[in-house]
Amino acid sequence: MTEKRDIEIDFGQVHTERMRLNVGPQHPSTHGVLRLEVELEGEIVTDVVPHIGYLHRCFEKYCENSTYVQVVPYIDRLDYIASMSNEIPYALGIEKLMGIQVSERIQAIRTVLAELNRIASHQIAVATFGMDAGAFTPFLYLFRDRELILDVFERLSGGRLLYNYIRPGGLMRDIYPTFVSDVLAIVKQVRETNKEVQNLLIDNKIFIERTINIGILPADVAINFGCSGPTLRGSGVDYDLRRAEPYLLYDKFDFEVCVGKGLMGTLGDSYDRNIVRMWEMEESCKIIEQAVKLIPDASEDVRASIPKKIAPKGEIYTKAENPKGELGFYIVADGKNKPYRLKGRSPSFSNLSVLPYISKGYMIADLIIILGSIDIVLGEIDR
Amino acid sequence: MEHNFIFNLVGNNIWAYIITAVIPLVFVTLYALVAILGELKIASWVQDRLGPMRTGWKGVLQPLAEVVKLLQKEDITPKNVNKPLFNVSPFVMFTGSFAAFAAIPYSSKFIPAELNVGLFYIFAVSSFAVIGILMGGWSSNNKYSMLGGIRSAAQMISYEIPMALSILAIASMANSLNIVEIIRIQEGGFWNWFIFAGPGPIWKIVFLPFIFILFLVYFIGTLAETNRTPFDIPEGESEIVGGYHTEYSGMKFAMFFFAEYSNMYVVSALITIMFLGGWNSPFGNFLNGPIWQFFWFISKAMFFVFVQIWLRWTLPRVRVDQLMYITWKVMLPFAFVAFLGIALWAMLNPTVF
Repeated sequence: MTEKRDIEIDFGQVHTERMRLNVGPQHPSTHGVLRLEVELEGEIVTDVVPHIGYLHRCFEKYCENSTYVQVVPYIDRLDYIASMSNEIPYALGIEKLMGIQVSERIQAIRTVLAELNRIASHQIAVATFGMDAGAFTPFLYLFRDRELILDVFERLSGGRLLYNYIRPGGLMRDIYPTFVSDVLAIVKQVRETNKEVQNLLIDNKIFIERTINIGILPADVAINFGCSGPTLRGSGVDYDLRRAEPYLLYDKFDFEVCVGKGLMGTLGDSYDRNIVRMWEMEESCKIIEQAVKLIPDASEDVRASIPKKIAPKGEIYTKAENPKGELGFYIVADGKNKPYRLKGRSPSFSNLSVLPYISKGYMIADLIIILGSIDIVLGEIDR
Repeated sequence: MEHNFIFNLVGNNIWAYIITAVIPLVFVTLYALVAILGELKIASWVQDRLGPMRTGWKGVLQPLAEVVKLLQKEDITPKNVNKPLFNVSPFVMFTGSFAAFAAIPYSSKFIPAELNVGLFYIFAVSSFAVIGILMGGWSSNNKYSMLGGIRSAAQMISYEIPMALSILAIASMANSLNIVEIIRIQEGGFWNWFIFAGPGPIWKIVFLPFIFILFLVYFIGTLAETNRTPFDIPEGESEIVGGYHTEYSGMKFAMFFFAEYSNMYVVSALITIMFLGGWNSPFGNFLNGPIWQFFWFISKAMFFVFVQIWLRWTLPRVRVDQLMYITWKVMLPFAFVAFLGIALWAMLNPTVF
């Protein structure tokens, strides 16, 4: 017989430890090669440190060694799911620097392409966001429709992902005859599918419960961190470069700047950032419908205003409202055929920097949701 | 022995027992192949794509191809794992779900083991899976696996309570835990099934809401019990990679997979036994021979397997705390109230007693 003893358990002395978890770079939900160093207290996230640089390709240094035309394909590789949109600020900047006037037809085509690409990018954003929440089916619906947009881009430029289509001073080549009817068919299909996705995913009670009151980003914090695009507008800030400083033909069109309204939960939560993207797709459809009317049937030499030699002189900061936010290029030109310096300001980089601020105190499942709602592309962050 | 035709055929000897044990194993293997194909094809149907098309006619041999692939894969045991636990856990999990097949009937002429506490037995052994998951999650020496294992343990233990209340209600209505008894009481057309409160006078419709609540509680519980969407957080791919089976590959992964699918059948068969009249035809004595009974039982069970697959490709996933909220604060109170109603019905029902 062993001696009987009273066992005293002092719960104050139980040793607990915070767990450090590496999320990524090989994780299904980091949207690329992002590594998040997460500190966990049980399931609660106490600290997040994003580690970037796994996709660094010396974009800016490459540009210094390429001619102005050779820079365009590199710019495609920044935000590789919105390549058309990426090319626009660069082309506009060079045109402004060299004083090139581009015809309204080309501007209208560029507008249509930018908005089509915005739809494609937002489709991926909503699709992967749904997948982060565990819904796999809307992902495939949206990817199916994105194919239609990629088909149009393929017929225009020959590429499905990287286009090199919008050149400083014009376009690579003219649109094909059925372009307008194809685009209008896409608009119809996008609206149909969005209705379906709204029913299946966005209005789903589980999805709403998963996304509301998660990752709340107050408006002042969003501005201080330099957020832009749907991440900023989701917090209720009415700021869109298309409206604030119109470029291309955006001042001629009637469209709304969608801002988060805190419909289900708090203003600026993940639900708001996502729903803003859904609304923006509808606004893009409206813009496309107005812009295709400005494309005359008569064909035109779209390469007419492309200068024989691109060798501008001066400095310019050029920017455009990309699907992810404000993409800007600071171009220092010294009169040679290569840029002296080209600095990119990528929206995803600024948007990602807010992640540690807004994801503390939530669960690890929420961290994935918050990351999905910010909608980052690593090609743009690491450049 | 009256419910096992094998004994009538070969007599009461060792061969009868062996054949009786082998038939469910063959059945579960065939079922798993069908269910895997179903999962692939239903997913592709939901998602507007073709699914596997290259293996055999319309891809019907795809599950076989996958099994062969998994069999010939290298069986990796990572370096720093707890080897005995790591190696045994897939088999523990499969044992739990296969043991339940012993008491699951196929037809009035074939029940592998007719137990007096059949319902209780199935419920008890199917909770075995949680041990396997916890062992696999803990021994993998991987933080994602550990999170998955612990999530799973919390989830399955919590969801067993409202499910047990549903089973208790059925037991009180049938006045028995014997599966044969429970099914026999539901004879005589779909109106006598327990989802319509069992046999009794017409004023039983007063108690229908209670039994519907219990049915829903039990069905939601089965989704959590089998780790299916929307409760698949133990293996939530987008969050914790693969959950408890992150480190598993080859045959051991196949065992987890196999166990998950056979568990789906076990819970669906339990729904069939408890709410949908088991092997009874919906039209009374019409089409109610032993072969037809087999057909009815399998169809009813496979329907619920289909619903589970269908839900998986439709719904997003809930969060851990929401999962706990649903079971403790929503399902449990509802189940208690519904059980009270059913207990009253069982007391007043003139036909059973």
